[in-house]
Amino acid sequence: MKNCLVVDDSKVIRKVARHILESLDLSVSEAVDGQDALTQCEASAPDVVLLDWNMPVMSGMEFLQALSSAKMTARPKIIFCTTENGISHIKAAVDAGADEYVMKPFDRETLESKLSIVGII
Amino acid sequence: MSVDVAGSQQGAARILSGLLEARTGQTLSEGRAWRMETALRPVLRTHGLEDMEALAAKLLRKTDAALEKAVIEALLNNESSFFRDLQLFDMLQGQILPHLHETRPNRVLRIWSAGCSTGQEVYSLAIQLRNAWSRWNGWQIEILATDISGRAIEQAKAGVYSQMDVQRGLAIGDLIKWFEPHGDDWRASPELRRMIDFRQDNLFDAREPSGEYDLLLCRNVLLYFTPERRQAVLKLLGRHSHAGSVLLLGAGETVIGQGDDFIAHPGFRGSYARQAAVTAQRVAGSRRAG
Repeated sequence: MKNCLVVDDSKVIRKVARHILESLDLSVSEAVDGQDALTQCEASAPDVVLLDWNMPVMSGMEFLQALSSAKMTARPKIIFCTTENGISHIKAAVDAGADEYVMKPFDRETLESKLSIVGII
Repeated sequence: MSVDVAGSQQGAARILSGLLEARTGQTLSEGRAWRMETALRPVLRTHGLEDMEALAAKLLRKTDAALEKAVIEALLNNESSFFRDLQLFDMLQGQILPHLHETRPNRVLRIWSAGCSTGQEVYSLAIQLRNAWSRWNGWQIEILATDISGRAIEQAKAGVYSQMDVQRGLAIGDLIKWFEPHGDDWRASPELRRMIDFRQDNLFDAREPSGEYDLLLCRNVLLYFTPERRQAVLKLLGRHSHAGSVLLLGAGETVIGQGDDFIAHPGFRGSYARQAAVTAQRVAGSRRAG
């Protein structure tokens, strides 16, 4: 079973994402900010990271930059999942190495589609 | 009393589904019939009608052409999404389009999307072509996209899609490259829009598109028709295809038991070729082998 790390400071978003991802037969772990996510990725790399942009301690973009120099066996697919819906943010995320981008609000179909595009399901 | 109400509701539903079939050839499956009232609620509100029975009664008087049109538009299912059925689009990109590039003479590629709905599927195809533009540069590419719904065709022509629409099936790279922000929505780029000729058209009209097409898409359309009408649509598609054409249907649709115009394509799984063309190829192959 593939694993998805949900990184979001909102408990509600993590809960909603977990519900959808588990229904898609993925195992789910959670992180509350970029630093927490980085620690978890170094301990055990997930297959895919669903990543919020604005978070305390370490933002999604800072996490993405730190991930490039992190000690990991395999780089996970990165799907940004954020309310930053402007094209400049989307381009910046893609330039920084994001594989996909979900604009909040999202639903099951959206996540399923993005996970399929990055080859996770 | 409750039996009478149920009977009158069923009677109204029959009148409305009869109107849809008469004007479009589409039949309402049980699933869609159940959603009929939900689909028609905005029409009831706009025209100040209390319920489906009142709507049916007004339609029977045949005094309001605009109402009839609005009912048909509301009952048509315009559900669509970008790159719906990814495997099929992978096959298009990796096998079918390269094959057509190799085999079509005169650097002309003609595509017909029959039942294009709000345009997502045919825009997906246009994106695939544009993403491989070095291959197609210098080719004359004609894409005709038709649908019975005027409302769907207007949206397709405008190329404007909600945030939710573009997130279903469209890769972020393609969104950035081929769409631009349009208020809260996204609009297909002029390059994409220019590639496609969108037209409102009924597959059962006497009017037909002209000539033969190399690639025909008629996906998730046949399922709304009776067996007789499915055969008629396949005959129409057969008239506008040639020996090398490729036909793509929806995932749950088939040509089996729908006349003898098409047969499973020998090269591309899940697609179809003209029956006569495949038979001729097999005969030629067996002669060579003999």
